Amino acid sequence: MRRFVIGRGRNFLNRSHQQNLLSSSSSHCQSRFLSSTSVIDSPSSSSMAPTSSPAITVDSLNPKVLKCEYAVRGEIVSIAQELQTNPGSHSFDEILYCNIGNPQSLGQQPITFFREVLALCDHPSILDRSETQGLFSADSIERAWQILDQIPGRATGAYSHSQGIKGLRDTIAAGIEARDGFPADPNDIFLTDGASPAVHMMMQLLIRSENDGILCPIPQYPLYSASIALHGGTLVPYYLDEATGWGLETSEVKKQLEAAKAKGITVRALVVINPGNPTGQVLAEENQRAIVDFCKKEGLVLLADEVYQENVYVPEKKFHSFKKVSRSMGYGEKDISLVSFQSVSKGYHGECGKRGGYMEVTGFSPEVREQIYKVASVNLCSNISGQILASLVMSPPKVGDESYESYCAERDGILSSLARRAKTLEDAFNSLEGITCNKAEGAMYLFPRIQLPEKAIKAAEAEKTVPDAFYCRRLLNATGIVLVPGSGFGQVPGTWHFRCTILPQEDKIPAIVTRLTDFHKSFMDKFRN
Amino acid sequence: MAPKALDYESMNENVKKVQYAVRGELYLRASELQKEGKKIIFTNVGNPHALGQRPLTFPRQVVALCQAPFLLDDPNVGIVFPADAIARAKHYLSLTSGGLGAYSDSRGIPGVRKEVAEFIERRDGYPSDPELIFLTDGASKGVMQTLNCVIRGEGDGVLVPVPQYPLYSATISLLGGSLVPYYLEETANWGLDLNDLQQSVAQARSKGITVRAMVIINPGNPTGQCLSEANLREILRFCYQENLVLLGDEVYQQNIYQDERPFVSSKKVLMDMGPPFSKEVQLVSFHTVSKGYWGECGQRGGYFEMTNIPPKTVDEIYKIASIALSPNVPAQIFMGLMVNPLKPGDISYEQFVRESKGILESLRRRARMMTDGFNSCRNVVCNFTEGAMYSFPQIRLPPKAIEAAKRAGKVPDVFYCLRLLEATGISTVPGSGFGQKEGVFHLRTTILPAEEDMPAIMESFKKFNDEFMEQYEDYRGYSRM
Repeated sequence: MRRFVIGRGRNFLNRSHQQNLLSSSSSHCQSRFLSSTSVIDSPSSSSMAPTSSPAITVDSLNPKVLKCEYAVRGEIVSIAQELQTNPGSHSFDEILYCNIGNPQSLGQQPITFFREVLALCDHPSILDRSETQGLFSADSIERAWQILDQIPGRATGAYSHSQGIKGLRDTIAAGIEARDGFPADPNDIFLTDGASPAVHMMMQLLIRSENDGILCPIPQYPLYSASIALHGGTLVPYYLDEATGWGLETSEVKKQLEAAKAKGITVRALVVINPGNPTGQVLAEENQRAIVDFCKKEGLVLLADEVYQENVYVPEKKFHSFKKVSRSMGYGEKDISLVSFQSVSKGYHGECGKRGGYMEVTGFSPEVREQIYKVASVNLCSNISGQILASLVMSPPKVGDESYESYCAERDGILSSLARRAKTLEDAFNSLEGITCNKAEGAMYLFPRIQLPEKAIKAAEAEKTVPDAFYCRRLLNATGIVLVPGSGFGQVPGTWHFRCTILPQEDKIPAIVTRLTDFHKSFMDKFRN
Repeated sequence: MAPKALDYESMNENVKKVQYAVRGELYLRASELQKEGKKIIFTNVGNPHALGQRPLTFPRQVVALCQAPFLLDDPNVGIVFPADAIARAKHYLSLTSGGLGAYSDSRGIPGVRKEVAEFIERRDGYPSDPELIFLTDGASKGVMQTLNCVIRGEGDGVLVPVPQYPLYSATISLLGGSLVPYYLEETANWGLDLNDLQQSVAQARSKGITVRAMVIINPGNPTGQCLSEANLREILRFCYQENLVLLGDEVYQQNIYQDERPFVSSKKVLMDMGPPFSKEVQLVSFHTVSKGYWGECGQRGGYFEMTNIPPKTVDEIYKIASIALSPNVPAQIFMGLMVNPLKPGDISYEQFVRESKGILESLRRRARMMTDGFNSCRNVVCNFTEGAMYSFPQIRLPPKAIEAAKRAGKVPDVFYCLRLLEATGISTVPGSGFGQKEGVFHLRTTILPAEEDMPAIMESFKKFNDEFMEQYEDYRGYSRM
């Protein structure tokens, strides 16, 4: 007997206590030499004493590691975790993590059908028992059988093919075709532990040295800046236009491309995040066509981050994959090199903790494809449960399936709620003095712009903090709300923003709005010029 | 047509240098043959469930319940799931911050890391700090992350055993570092010679390489040897003197098939040595749910524990982990279950012990069967598989075979393994994929095929091998009359 999952098992999903786990930033250089009571050997002797400080200290780490940053789980989160260990000393009773697109940590429920199938695949021996029919829907049982039959020996605990289980890739390819109206080849698909490892793989292939540049939108999701830094490349920024709803102008991209070339940088790829993160805009089709033409003409690989493809909240916009757009322009494998990323973490399913995703790789030579496969094989394969989930996301229940109606109700409930929350928070931000907020057409974030008064900027400088981080820190201390300063994503110099997710449950939103409003008013009262 | 941004010529050279034979030429050829309908026995990778080993029941029950928490509210759940699995599922769900579908702490769920620390403490007799334990999507990811911190450029060298599991060589290539080999001595049971180690380091340094780290795989892969405590002490002392961080790959710690040298962790030996070693030697230890008797390769669950790594360095490693957001949560639960097993009295305890013992005892028997089987073959010499999951027989290829290989444009052991594959369907990995002394050839196979299939497999191998040797040996001493 099946029932909806909403409200279920929540008793067991209490948030763990997060302790302050980061040490203070004081230096801790381990001395290799013994205490004053012991003998220090001469460096040239062959006795026990070593000749220098420990092999691995911060000073001797790979500098690329030191260089990269990831604000989404950066400083502001450490401060929040510290606060969390001292409840009761604040005016708020809970920390609200609005820093990260992690829906289920804030109460969003998973899609029942998906979890049924995953549970059955995790423990297939119960499929032989008649009692199982009473616990699971008939179509989830059927789908589990179907999937298990595609796995050699039904062994979900075995390493799979390094691109992912073939049958699941077939399903995903069919899902892509159903979505786009153009065929997809299962051999073009690489299933990965989330979309992020796939992005890293491509950066690894593309970046030979710091003379290789990757065009990234500003503001961007800082996986890109971090990955480029880790692989030793150069980020070539192109600015999205806040005044036109974060519009992407190919003239701006061209300008940045030429400037980079003039500095001796070989620009290799263009990253486009659609729908955008943190900016939430959904590209218009003609915009996408211009981008495709641009990449084709300039010989750039188009890296299309499409993980928010199911998160579109405005009727006037629709998601079109870059694959579809390219093919509808008549461009095939020979015309455009395109890598499209998808994930199980976002959409309406929000299964972040599963680490499931894939990249679809088209328009590359067989030699390049072999190399991509080779790199994938060193890690053997991505986690099987995540692979199964990716196939479910790309081929959910259909009309006529037993679970179809409840699936639709769950999905539409989540998506409509996200749309409402996006609007409520957008309006709330826009009502605050000195804050303007573009509409969140899609994705999971709002990225309001804040005009910080001169006094505040000076106060921030005195604290050796970036102004938007200064604001966010004060907001956190006063309200318990965790946002990410805009400087973590990049912004036009001299402008300040912060990113706030739309993910807290709907019943929490009014309190958030109130707290934000009260804080902002007192902040402005204090720092107004 | 516009220039292509990414073609083979313009690709990162480090990627091109990478080799990973475990899923290389032999595996690809085997897959092709399988598609054509040939029966293939894949012994190229330590992948127990792919060869019929069943998953342990209890962890699967627990994780299934965690996947579908609404089951816990169903009055009939107790008919299909035992009470202790239900209790455990509730326990792990309470440790998460939103169930299996939420990103956890980037280092892994704190409650699970605590269980790992408690396991380490029980195993070694020394306290372990959960803050210094990071869960990862498989031990491989942890190895890559650690080496990424250590390798700044080609001037940085990492000591790697030869033969080695090619994750190390591949990762060092990818990161643009230098692999500094130290040879294990086959005639001394794949033992490690300190002199050889010192020589390797001296040689590297004379080439201007800064040797930064040393890898040990214990029990060994592909070689299976279990290091003695004395050996481990020597290694740790060596690392102290030479200022190396030790990477202790201990993923096979549950796979021990002899009683003379039980598993002892590098951490325990280090702590036993006391100061200055215990306070100074930097150590990163790796473990996984993929091996042992669990064999849950497909979950991608692992951890690493850091010892004597300075706080600021730990922060940087945390930072890198946070870019990947979090390791997959189901695997974290598998890890918790592995380190925090059932106890006598638990409903599922007996079944769990029965299943576990069954697997381990069978592995021990198969290790013996394979070693003996190989040793009965012409021109094949095989050290006993003391631990891990592999057999690494030495194949003494006759000169004519080596010539034939050259004519075919193949490395000699690749040539042999391809012929073996075509003749018997047994898919192995040539020894050149792991490294070996010049002119000495091996292949790696796993001891994982089902016990009842073993005799037939070894017979099939022997038939092929002995015929191969007959074909290529100098006939002078071998009359067929």
